[in-house]
Parts: sequence; structure tokens; C-alpha cells
Amino acid sequence: MRALARAITMVERRDAEVRELQQALRDRVQTPYVVGFTGAPGTGKSTLVDALVALLRKRERSVAVIATDPNSPFTGGAILGDRIRMQRHALDPKVFIRSMGARGHLGGLSLAAREAIRLLGAFGFDPVILETVGVGQSELEVAAVADTTVVVLTPNLGDGVQMIKAGILEIADIFVVNKADLEGHQRVATELRSMLSLAPKSQDKAWKQPIVATSATRQEGIEELWAAIESHRKHREAGGKAKAQAEQRLKDETAEVVAEIARQRAREALADGGVLAERLREDGTPYEVAEEILRLLRGPRELTP
Amino acid sequence: MSPAKAPAKPVRILLAKVGLDGHDRGVKVVARALRDAGYEVIYTGLRQTPEMVVDAALQEDAQVIGLSLHSGAHMTLFPAVVSELKKKNATDIIVFGGGIIPDDDVEELKKQGVAELFTPGTPLQDIVEWLRKRFPSS
Ligand SMILES: Nc1nc2c(ncn2[C@@H]2O[C@H](COP(=O)(O)OP(=O)(O)OP(=O)(O)O)[C@@H](O)[C@H]2O)c(=O)[nH]1
Ligand SMILES: [Mg+2]
Repeated sequence: MRALARAITMVERRDAEVRELQQALRDRVQTPYVVGFTGAPGTGKSTLVDALVALLRKRERSVAVIATDPNSPFTGGAILGDRIRMQRHALDPKVFIRSMGARGHLGGLSLAAREAIRLLGAFGFDPVILETVGVGQSELEVAAVADTTVVVLTPNLGDGVQMIKAGILEIADIFVVNKADLEGHQRVATELRSMLSLAPKSQDKAWKQPIVATSATRQEGIEELWAAIESHRKHREAGGKAKAQAEQRLKDETAEVVAEIARQRAREALADGGVLAERLREDGTPYEVAEEILRLLRGPRELTP
Repeated sequence: MSPAKAPAKPVRILLAKVGLDGHDRGVKVVARALRDAGYEVIYTGLRQTPEMVVDAALQEDAQVIGLSLHSGAHMTLFPAVVSELKKKNATDIIVFGGGIIPDDDVEELKKQGVAELFTPGTPLQDIVEWLRKRFPSS
């Protein structure tokens, strides 16, 4: 277990040494199914994840949770508190929970999360649940990593469904209206349903985004939620979408890795006091020096991030 | 503002309340101070047993465990965390504690492997500086 935890740390630090371990695990890698949960702060994502983990444990699945929270871009510090809601699984060896701060590296969480998911798969965890609070661009990153994205809403929406953050309706494969024990949840579900029937938002035209009502604290609607996730999984696999998307994501990830390596090499090449730093100062614009760095990148040095 | 000045390898600290007392205002204040000092704080909440604390620290790959306790059971619970770490071959993880702890107990707890103890009224900056000494690159 410590080996896995350490490897995830290396992945987070973008430490290239982790490659050796990954190479060794290659044959064991079974990419797990990834369910992403996102939504505004406090909508009950962690409580829902906790309830879903309980259901999956009853069905004897080994489950991993990656709970992310943005770090402060200024200090790099973070308070990661999602575990608080998942304490009942604390001593269960078949549940692995990891908190991650999105440390402001470009590509953000997604590169680290993808590698962490592969590691978790190699250690036998399937599915992996990814929780991210929906601020900034983070929900887009979740959707880019998850196989099924669940967007969590609540009855206390303030100005109603119309005011839901732009872009969030499009990334949902499933909507959850959580806190169904509170007043107003039916109104939210109804408004959402009529909005979606007027103008479907799903990126996948053949998929109708279901709306599931849950009360995470009372553990109600959790079986229905899992059933919705399962039917989305079957839909993707039957339509060949899963395969096509996996191929596309591998391409995207490769491009991101290239960008990461190149960025690192460029920073090294531009170190203070170097020839290129001097030329950059004279030029005043980046393009010629960038070309020069790209030429250097084609050079013989082995590429390591 | 570039995020580049944030450390690439932030130190991860697991904070937990052990014992039965049910308020966590103090530990949350510490959590915020540590976050603002650039640490990644994983807060696991109230009423944690030593086994829960150590398991969580291992999964989270925390380098430090911070324990808070006001119920007076520090002489049993703090050493229990240390011995749980021994059991799990994880004595590289540093343990510090906070609470109302008499001086004699402080000495005894340090003998038993708790790295440092902070009593009420300790300026938060002292905790940060202690960590900086322990992890100079942070
Ligand atoms: N009434 C009611 N409260 C709920 C329900 N689910 C969660 N809550 C409460 O909502 C609050 C926030 O729950 P969390 O699970 O921490 O929410 P979250 O979305 O993970 O929060 P962040 O990670 O901070 O964004 C807690 O006080 C929960 O007890 C629910 O179904 N009904
Ligand atoms: Mg949460």
C-alpha cells in the first residue's frame, strides 16, 4: 500500500523515476472505469462518493477515490478535507482514498490524475472515483479524464437552473439533484428536465442525460445512481464510443506530455545568464528564440521530463 | 502572478483530532496557517483512532502527522500513534501534537517518540518555523 501511495506522490511531483515502476507494472495495468463527480462547493459530492463506495463495497468491488481541491496559486498550500466524509471506510483495505491538490502545473490535475488512475488499476482498484470541486476550469479537467461524469446540483440553487455555471450542463453524462430531502428539489429537477428537452446539452447526441434524485446523507437514490452510471458505461461500450474516446485521449495525453517535457527543457535553456536568455532580452519577442529552442530539442539529449 | 514560486514538492501534513472531544475550531485554525505557509494539509476530522490516523497518513503519503486532543488522553493516544507507525514500518513519518499538556508530560511524550508538542497560546508561527526547520526546502 505504501508503494502505491509513494508512486502517486511521484506522479504528482512529475518525477520521472516513477516510469521504472510503471514499466514493471505494465502487464498488470488494467485501466479501471473512472467516474467523475463535480459540482459547486458544498453540494454533497464527498458524501455521495462515500455512499457510493459503501454500495460498491457491498458488491465486493475494490474502490479508489481521488479527491482534488485547488491549491492556492500563491503559496502552493491547500486544505484537503474530503476524507472527513469518508471515515467509515478508513480501515477497509479495499478502499483507497487519496487527496490531491491541483498544484497549478499546466495541464493541471489531468496528467497526474491519469497516471494515478493507471497505478490504482494496477493495484486492483476498479472503479476509480474522481471528485473535484467545480471551480475555475477544474470540471472540464474531470470530464476529460472520467468515463462517466456526474454533475451534482442541489435544491438551494439560488436563482434556479438558469444560473448554472456555463459549460457545466454540457459535460454531464448524468445529473444528480442531491439533498432530495430538502425543499425544492423537485422544482430543480423539473426545470432541468424541461430545459434539457428544449435544448439537449449532451455532447453525445445518442445519450439522454438522466436526472437522478439522491439524498446522500440518508443514502437514498444511490442504487439508482449506480444503475445510471452502469447504463452509461454500457452505452459507451456498445456504441464504440469508449474505444474511440480512449484513443483520442491517449493522443491528447501524449501531446500534453510532449508539452510538459518541452516546457521543462525550454526553462532550462532559458536559465539566467545563458546565451539564449541574453538573446531573448535583445530580441524582446519570443519567436526566434523559441525556434532555436525547438531546434535544440531535436538534439541528441535524451528527453526526460 | 505566476504559480512558479509555489514549491513543486509541498510537504504533506495529515491533521487529525484523536479522542472523544467534539470541537475542532483550534485544529482548523492550525490547518489554515499551515496552508498559508505553503503546506498541503489533509484534514481527516474528529474522533480518529490511532489506526485510522496512521492508515490515512500512509494512503496520503504524508510526511507529518499533527494530532490535536483536548480530552486529556494524550498520554495514551499520542504514543499509540507512534507505536502504530512502528508496527507499519513507517517511523519516518514525524508526529507532533497539540493540546493542554503539562510540562512533565511533554518530556515523557518526547521520550516516547513524539517529535514536538504545542500547547495553547503557542503562536502559529512557531509551528510553521518548526516545520521549516524540519523541511528546509519547504
Ligand atoms: N440535507 C442534506 N445535506 C447533505 C446531503 N448530502 C450532503 N449534505 C451536507 O452538505 C454538506 C457538504 O457536504 P460535502 O459532501 O462535504 O460536500 P462537497 O460537495 O464534497 O463539498 P466540497 O468538497 O467542499 O465542495 C455537509 O454538511 C453534508 O452533510 C443530503 O443529501 N442532504
Ligand atoms: Mg468534497
